[in-house]
Amino acid sequence: MVRNDDGAGAPAKAPAPLPGARLAPRGGTAGHLVKAALLALSAGIAVWAALPLIAAGNWFGLAAVATVTAVVFRVYLSERHVPAKYLLPGVLLLIAFQVVPVLYTVGTSVTNYGDGHRGTKEQAIAQIEAASVAESEGGQDYVLTLAARGDAATGELVFLLTGEGDRVLAGDEEGLEPLPGARTGPTGKVTEAGGLTLLTAAEAGERSEEISQLAVPAGEGAGIRASGLSAAYEGRATRVYDEGCDCITDSTTGEVYTADDERGAFVGEDGDRLSQGWRVGVGADNYARVASDAGIASSFLSILGWNVVFAAGTTLGVFVLGLAVALAMHTTRPLRGRTAYRLLLVLPYAMPAFAMMLLWRDMFNADFGLINRMLGLDVDWLGGTGTARAAALTINIWLGFPYMFLIATGALQAIPRELVQAARIDGAGAWQAFRNVTLPLLMVAMAPVLIATFAFNFNNFNAIWLTTEGGPFPADSPMAGATDLLITYTYRLAFGGQSAQYGYAAAISVFIFLIVTLISYVSLRRSAALEEVNR
Amino acid sequence: MAQPTTSSPAPPRPAPPAAAAGPVRRRSRRTSGHLWRHVFLLAMTAFAAFPVLFVVSAALNPLGTLSSAQLIPTGASAGNFVQLLTETRFPRWYLNSLVLAVSNAAATVFLSALAAYVFSRFRFAGRRAGLYGLLIIQMFPQFLAIVAIYLMFSTITDLRPEIGFDTHWGLLLVYMGGALSINTWLMKGFFDTLPIELDEAARVDGATHAQMFFRILVPLVTPVLAIVGLLVFIATVNEFIMASVFLRDPDSQTVALGLAAMVADQRDSNFGMFAAGTLLLAIPVLAVFWYLQRFIVEGLTSGAVKG
Repeated sequence: MVRNDDGAGAPAKAPAPLPGARLAPRGGTAGHLVKAALLALSAGIAVWAALPLIAAGNWFGLAAVATVTAVVFRVYLSERHVPAKYLLPGVLLLIAFQVVPVLYTVGTSVTNYGDGHRGTKEQAIAQIEAASVAESEGGQDYVLTLAARGDAATGELVFLLTGEGDRVLAGDEEGLEPLPGARTGPTGKVTEAGGLTLLTAAEAGERSEEISQLAVPAGEGAGIRASGLSAAYEGRATRVYDEGCDCITDSTTGEVYTADDERGAFVGEDGDRLSQGWRVGVGADNYARVASDAGIASSFLSILGWNVVFAAGTTLGVFVLGLAVALAMHTTRPLRGRTAYRLLLVLPYAMPAFAMMLLWRDMFNADFGLINRMLGLDVDWLGGTGTARAAALTINIWLGFPYMFLIATGALQAIPRELVQAARIDGAGAWQAFRNVTLPLLMVAMAPVLIATFAFNFNNFNAIWLTTEGGPFPADSPMAGATDLLITYTYRLAFGGQSAQYGYAAAISVFIFLIVTLISYVSLRRSAALEEVNR
Repeated sequence: MAQPTTSSPAPPRPAPPAAAAGPVRRRSRRTSGHLWRHVFLLAMTAFAAFPVLFVVSAALNPLGTLSSAQLIPTGASAGNFVQLLTETRFPRWYLNSLVLAVSNAAATVFLSALAAYVFSRFRFAGRRAGLYGLLIIQMFPQFLAIVAIYLMFSTITDLRPEIGFDTHWGLLLVYMGGALSINTWLMKGFFDTLPIELDEAARVDGATHAQMFFRILVPLVTPVLAIVGLLVFIATVNEFIMASVFLRDPDSQTVALGLAAMVADQRDSNFGMFAAGTLLLAIPVLAVFWYLQRFIVEGLTSGAVKG
């Protein structure tokens, strides 16, 4: 982004200008042109991004665009801040798509966000009332045409309702509004609705469950629901919200549900909750639940133990194998088949990982698995704790060692051969030279990679989910399997049940994050990489 | 490889732990040195290649089912490939995967190299925090961040559908959010191995910091650029979770999504096509590796100072 810009050419905290600074480099004309073009481009992008933000009245987004643009111009027009010129593009993207999501997740962890607790209290009330609509005498009937916003299969569902006098209304979860541009056929079915996709009978059939659940709020405690795929009725809500008592009364049973603003739900006298709630902050409740829930606490330590073994075992395995292969190929003398070896050894890494995990799972299958067939065995590999863990490690090391081989090859090539040669001339044996010269230099480049490998495998969701799925499960504990990692366990707890609990899952994620960070930080401190950082 | 051998006979080299277990005999090293290499490399090659052989066999299997697949091909038929290419949208998925992987690899290498250069060569406030921050941010379990990214792009899709869901631009932006990562550490490590004398010489000769980066240092770190490019290319081709959130329109999907959907329901009967698609997806990766490995030559650093 910054070719030949006219910095002093010295590192940021450079000493005083050299004598003859007037002769110091000013960069080329071409560089200045490129820089001007890029700045003009970023100004153009800013305008492009700002227009719809202004139209939508999204002032927060507009402020973000303005700030970013100002920072870009400040950094690239100034002659100082040389490191910032190089870091800015990557850092902006990093903040937008990594840091913000993480902060959002941490924020979610102190709410009850999840299925049944997604929106505001008003939305919850509208949904409760509309969903309780029952057909009442004298309620208006409509001819129903089904439509969607956008794609017929996935777009938001819209009810087109033809009432008396062929007046057409469009209704969705939010409410009703007239649809003036619509044309209707002889039966009252809508044949054309500007901007909406009309569903064919087959497409509607595919979404029939969704259609039967959609309730259009019609105001004043009334709602419209579909009856089949071509008729709809307006009825009265049997559950009505009363602002005075901040409660919902069910007129058929007489039950009263009072709003609980701490839990974000309407709670009946006997403790029943209505399923539609709203999103509220719950403070540290989710964290307290992780620590106090008996089911979680008992499994947590055993899962953590295996999790550490899995991550450390994988890291050690891929490091030893990858380095050994790299060393075996690292020779100045011609090695027959070097290219063939390289290409074949990198195969596990070149194959699509998700596909190979599924393939390995089938190879370990007890009944028709390739491994049992070839070895003439009848072992239920994924059914026993020990064998399932060994299988998970084998698969993961198979997938990972070529990566370490590539990294180690690169790192070995960056170490000047003269150093090793000097050590050998000074009388060091091959092992001594490796142990005292090559390995320490290698670790400087590889320690961060090893730590990242550890962290990645600590949370390697796919490696477990696509192979053992956390199993085998002990008979008395169907939630915590022998090969479960914390992350697969969290996933099952948070999403595997009847409803998603993002708030709770986010809290566990924060715990996992703290554990991994702690372990990584300690190992990073002990590694040679720290000296490099501090240098 | 490319470096001419020095004048000393039989240049010494570091040996792995395995070789050091027994005493190294000087006379026999020329032969036994290579023998253990071949034995070990052949064993590792067998370990690496046998599941791949199974995929090849399954892809050529005329029956095309999982239960009939063997390790050694029982017959050769292109039926699975023909079916895959004509009855599914595979060619379209394939193109999408390649476009995404190449763009992401190029962008990541560029952004990461810029950052690695300043982390290695400059001292500035926030340098340590930045380096540690890059490592730590990756330790966050990503599957929950997807909820946040989904909500973010729901808004963006309403405002600017050009970079929203079902577009490659939006997905590419999210991928580029991870450009500064462990790859930056990797590159920084390589920049660190280049002697500072190079910079000093260039500065005395009147190079600006940008000229120093583009004209002097980048050519010298080509090996690590090649490696990082390859790693990112592979990771993008394999990326699954984020793509499944973004690309819902069948025409915008990648091979990974298409193949996964293919075996999700009809695992047994679609296994032949699945294996064929897996192989076809591996070909560009191997091609990139083949192309880049000539850049992974040794001796660049020492060559530069000696020169």
